[in-house]
Amino acid sequence: MVTDESVLRLENITKTYPGVVALKDVNLELRAGEVHALVGENGAGKSTLIKCCTGAVVPDSGSIIVNGQRFDAMTPTLAVECGIGVIYQEFNLVEELSAAENIFLGNEIRNGIVVNQKAMATEAAKVFQELHIDIDPNAPIKNLTVGYQQMVEIAKAVSKNSRILIMDEPSAVLTNAEVASLYEMVRKLKSRGVTIVYISHRMDEIFELSDRITVMRDGVKVETLKTADTNIDELIKLMVGRELKETFPPRAAAPYGETILEVEGLCGNGLRDISFTLHKGEVLGFGGLIGSGRTELMELIFGVKRPESGTIRLNGKPILSKTPGDAIRHGIALVPEDRKRQGAHLELQIDQNISIAILKSISTRTVVNRKAEESISERYRESLRIKTPSVKQKIKNLSGGNQQKVILAKWLATNPDLIIFDEPTRGIDVGAKYEIYKLMNALIEEGKTIIMISSEMEELIGMSDRILVLHDGKITGELGKADFSQEAIMNLASGVA
Amino acid sequence: MNLRFIKGYGIYLILLALIIFFSVVAPAFMRFNNVINVARQVSMLGIAAVGMTFVLILGGIDLSIGSLITLVNIVAAWLMVKGGVNPWLACALGLLMTVAFGFMNDWIIANIKMPPLIVTLATMTALEGAAYIISDGLPIFGFPKGFSFLGQGYIGPIPVPVIVMVIILTIGSFMLNKTYFGRHFYAVGGNEEASLLSGINVKRIKYLAYTLSGLFAGLAGIVMLSRTNSGQAVAGKGFEFDVLTAVVLGGVSVNGGTGKISQVVAGVLIIGILSNGLVLLNVNTYWQMVIKGIVLMLAVGFDCYQKNSVAK
Repeated sequence: MVTDESVLRLENITKTYPGVVALKDVNLELRAGEVHALVGENGAGKSTLIKCCTGAVVPDSGSIIVNGQRFDAMTPTLAVECGIGVIYQEFNLVEELSAAENIFLGNEIRNGIVVNQKAMATEAAKVFQELHIDIDPNAPIKNLTVGYQQMVEIAKAVSKNSRILIMDEPSAVLTNAEVASLYEMVRKLKSRGVTIVYISHRMDEIFELSDRITVMRDGVKVETLKTADTNIDELIKLMVGRELKETFPPRAAAPYGETILEVEGLCGNGLRDISFTLHKGEVLGFGGLIGSGRTELMELIFGVKRPESGTIRLNGKPILSKTPGDAIRHGIALVPEDRKRQGAHLELQIDQNISIAILKSISTRTVVNRKAEESISERYRESLRIKTPSVKQKIKNLSGGNQQKVILAKWLATNPDLIIFDEPTRGIDVGAKYEIYKLMNALIEEGKTIIMISSEMEELIGMSDRILVLHDGKITGELGKADFSQEAIMNLASGVA
Repeated sequence: MNLRFIKGYGIYLILLALIIFFSVVAPAFMRFNNVINVARQVSMLGIAAVGMTFVLILGGIDLSIGSLITLVNIVAAWLMVKGGVNPWLACALGLLMTVAFGFMNDWIIANIKMPPLIVTLATMTALEGAAYIISDGLPIFGFPKGFSFLGQGYIGPIPVPVIVMVIILTIGSFMLNKTYFGRHFYAVGGNEEASLLSGINVKRIKYLAYTLSGLFAGLAGIVMLSRTNSGQAVAGKGFEFDVLTAVVLGGVSVNGGTGKISQVVAGVLIIGILSNGLVLLNVNTYWQMVIKGIVLMLAVGFDCYQKNSVAK
């Protein structure tokens, strides 16, 4: 199906923001029916580039040529007319409406001013059938799983006759089983002649799905390669502009110290009888599927929720954290899963984010010591290599990886003994991931202890000293370093072992 | 470039434009006495605006401010006149009540998880009724001598209410800019979940905001009582919307997380200058309302437009 026919061409696209060149003279060509992967670190310019294609951003110069027609700038309406559709990470669905109503949102089938629900459901069912999606068109969106919601988004784009479909990290929100059906969907669309732009940080799926790959770095297109002619090492090298020897940095095998955390018979918040111990200087990995209770367990340890029964002993003493504030005082930190929702105060500055958990202690008679705040922030900016012109910048102006470093700085400022990382590198590019791993190692060497939840098998295996796997609120197994394997973890996670 | 300069200063430019306009068309406007008059007229607005600012930054809203003003009017007046209570004690009791109602508002918001708009609307409605019941709908007057000092007195050339307002605004600005409570207001209003996970006692911060809103409303009510020398069941009717207008005019977002006292001051002054200037120009009350509505729409619209165009 892949032809040499060009469906969309970007010529010399440049876009600058105050102080930043987001895109510099970018040329890109999409061919009919190809899956074109777009890769690069966060802040490389991928998002801005697709926003230029959809009209969300107007480039300073350059042109966009769709099916031979030249535009200086797109508008959202024009993009839809040209058959360009986008599946964003955050879906544009109305939760209270049905799948069919969402597909025809703004485009309703109606008799006069009355919406024809039945016709819409029938039409939606047709689209679903064509794409082999098994969804009831009348089901409200809020009752669907994330994977199905994404399918509705795709069906919506297809129903609008999109010939070019841009997918922004579509797998980031999906479980493993859902990812498999996503792959299938991408192949199906491709066989129908739809051109797909696939943005992802995950190397395995890029090689699985794409025909060609374009690498972006610092707002510049580095190269477009045929997938068949390249490999992961080359790609990573092009992305980061330097060679990354190994994906996981080595860690000096620290002899474990005394027991720091002892959890016994913990129940509640969906968990049943959780018991485990953690030694000082250890990285304890938690594996399991989404919803297996890993995050819920950390909520109990961190005082977000209260256990029904069981005990948590820290350094030999039983503790009961009624609030996260209590947990922090006990020397526990939690770097949460959802950076934007649970971690960052987007409207606050970087230094204000870093100081937020220790604000009281750097205040005298309630007045915040701004000098201390700034010097602490500057210290972390240097040691964590947070890329920003100033700590007075708002955190929302940073890339995902740098935001994660700010959140980490916030927690390091509380001087914790035990740091819980919940999906520490979600949505972070390869280069920044490596840096986060190195930081975790440095923390261990400083005598801290780490709990890490991860849904990425490689990360779990690469970083942990020991792995506990949860299934349905129970620990189904413990793996020592010698027994680490993807199969073993998957078996325990799905509850078959 | 010039647009970005204006962003954040827009409210001051509007204030400046109004001052210049009225000085030109109404020569009386810039006379010392009139300037003092404007300041005195806005004093209650300014006092109550600090509490509303706190609550809005937190992502909430307090519609009970007007009814708390009424309550303090009636209760303190009743205590003084019918109960023979010492004026200061009567005021203290009145303030205690408004603080209690502010606390109650947040108790319901926090524990029953009811939207602040509805909780404070209900409080407002009930208290307005209560004020009529206590007073029988009749004004209560005949206060002890000396009580009028708070609303009508002067220290040097400056009216006492203006001094009270400046003190409260300064406290508000100090809290927001310098203290960790203030930072916590912004943090909780901007991202409540992240604040909770950062160990901030979100509940306590909310109690603080609503309770202070009650306290400042009560204070504005006492100043009003002392100024009018009579407790009335309609004293604070609709006042919450004047306060809301001034605060929003000052660029405090109703979505929470942003806002500054310095800009709220500008918002308060705009309201005061408009009222005063339009009276000097003999514009009738109904046209004044129309003009105020248009100014609110334009000022906030301009601000939103700025934000949007900068974002792109």
